[in-house]
Amino acid sequence: MIVANRKPFEELLEFIKPYSKILLLGCNECVTVCATGGAKEVAILASELKMHREKEGRPIEIMEHVLERNCDPEYVESLKPMVGDYEMVMSMACGCGIQFVAEHYREKLVLPAVNTTFDGVTEEHGVWSERCLGCGNCILDKTLGICPVTRCAKSLFNGPCGGSQGGKCEVDKDTPCGWQLIVDRLKEMNMLDKYMEIQPLKDWSTSRDGGPRRRVREDLKI
Amino acid sequence: MSASNLEKILKSGNFAVTGECGPPRGSDAEVVRKKGAHLKGCVDGVNVTDNQTSVVRMSSMSASLILKEIGFDPIMQMVCRDRNRIAIQSDILGASALGINNLLCLSGDHQKFGDHPTAKNVYDIDSMQLIQTVKRLRDDGKFLGGEEVKGTRPDLFIGCAENPFADPFEIRAMRLAKKAAAGAQFVQTQCIFNVPKFEKWMEMVRDLGVHEKIYILAGITPCKSIGMARYMKASVPGMDVPDELIDRLKGVPKEKVAEEGIKIAIEMIQHVRQIKGVAGVHIMAIEWEEKVPEMVKAAGLYPRPQVN
Ligand code: SF4
Ligand code: SF4
Repeated sequence: MIVANRKPFEELLEFIKPYSKILLLGCNECVTVCATGGAKEVAILASELKMHREKEGRPIEIMEHVLERNCDPEYVESLKPMVGDYEMVMSMACGCGIQFVAEHYREKLVLPAVNTTFDGVTEEHGVWSERCLGCGNCILDKTLGICPVTRCAKSLFNGPCGGSQGGKCEVDKDTPCGWQLIVDRLKEMNMLDKYMEIQPLKDWSTSRDGGPRRRVREDLKI
Repeated sequence: MSASNLEKILKSGNFAVTGECGPPRGSDAEVVRKKGAHLKGCVDGVNVTDNQTSVVRMSSMSASLILKEIGFDPIMQMVCRDRNRIAIQSDILGASALGINNLLCLSGDHQKFGDHPTAKNVYDIDSMQLIQTVKRLRDDGKFLGGEEVKGTRPDLFIGCAENPFADPFEIRAMRLAKKAAAGAQFVQTQCIFNVPKFEKWMEMVRDLGVHEKIYILAGITPCKSIGMARYMKASVPGMDVPDELIDRLKGVPKEKVAEEGIKIAIEMIQHVRQIKGVAGVHIMAIEWEEKVPEMVKAAGLYPRPQVN
């Protein structure tokens, strides 16, 4: 899932400053699962903003609306009849959703209410962590299911570096060292000899370094 | 064999001594010369750090050249944090063209530790692959992209670092074996304070036969003060400073602490010299370069041999 965090309240107040009637969008997918931009969070943010503006003596009208998905044209186009009624759109969807809405309604300003942070998992209730950077050429077979690109702070292919201590990464004592995890896993599977294989240079052209990526399936086109 | 003095010293069977010189945070070449002057005649090569701890400093290539001009054999450090494979290969060619003959391949500290924590890091390749890159340019005359190096190939003695005190401990000797297999010819270890652990690591290194494939230089750092020892123990990732060492420093009068720190370092040099497979010492007297001659002399490693 894509994980996001709500932007600081002050920043959002600045965004809405010039306006008195806005549309606040949410999304029913990832940002709902990570409790950032679903119906509940949209309602909370709307009421917080309204209350604040009320106190300032400049009330604001906020229409709350949650799309099934913000990354699919069929849902995004469903906004058509309502968008025109609002001075601005603020969105709690992920960065993809925000951009997609903006692409569809070029006459409107569409502003982000969240910081989109990573592709990850729910470790436990209330804890999410990153797993994949979408490098476009998965090597999880070599590292037995633990991604060094994402889970090593230096994306080392032949780690661990000299800063790994007590299972933690040198950048943060609360972050597991990805390479400690890989070595543990190799041991668990009785495959520690695999550690001696030198991983070759990565072809980053399949990653974002090759430019924005696109996937086309001719057979699915209508 | 490269034109490296360090390589000659090691190949001739001498116990090697290397030092370290951290470039300044400004553009004054004189600062480098002054720092270097302390090490004159006491070392076979000088490491020149590459924006160590991710703090911006004069480039390691420039400082290496300045030291070369006053007679040192510089060991230019290169980290993978700040350059992609294009810049790395370009700097390797450039360094060799300037007469720098030793390159130490490192991953580099994460930028979080430095004065530009908001920077983007590169890590296009890692230290293992950097070793391979230098070897490929030097021995195969080929760039990573496959094209041939035109004319002169870089002439470099390839080094790496390893930290016997980082985790997981059980792969630290294997990791050195991997670096040797990648093409590293010498290794300088992280500062040793925990000697029993270092001995254990060396035993594992010998079991793998790695000490016969790579020259191992043991990292020595004298503690200037109790505060420094405590700081390294608590705040430097991958540093193992035993309490006994801190207690020993605490056991002497305040004005004698620095002297005791030097004494410990000298004992350490004498101790590691006895360990089978240790080919030299790398003295990292951080901002205390003036003490290196005293240490080298007291350890019986002065004068340094001249080999051609
Ligand atoms: S190797 Fe690439 S695709 Fe696979 S998990 Fe890591 S970043 Fe994602
Ligand atoms: S400590 Fe581990 S995760 Fe962190 S940078 Fe080093 S190898 Fe990578």
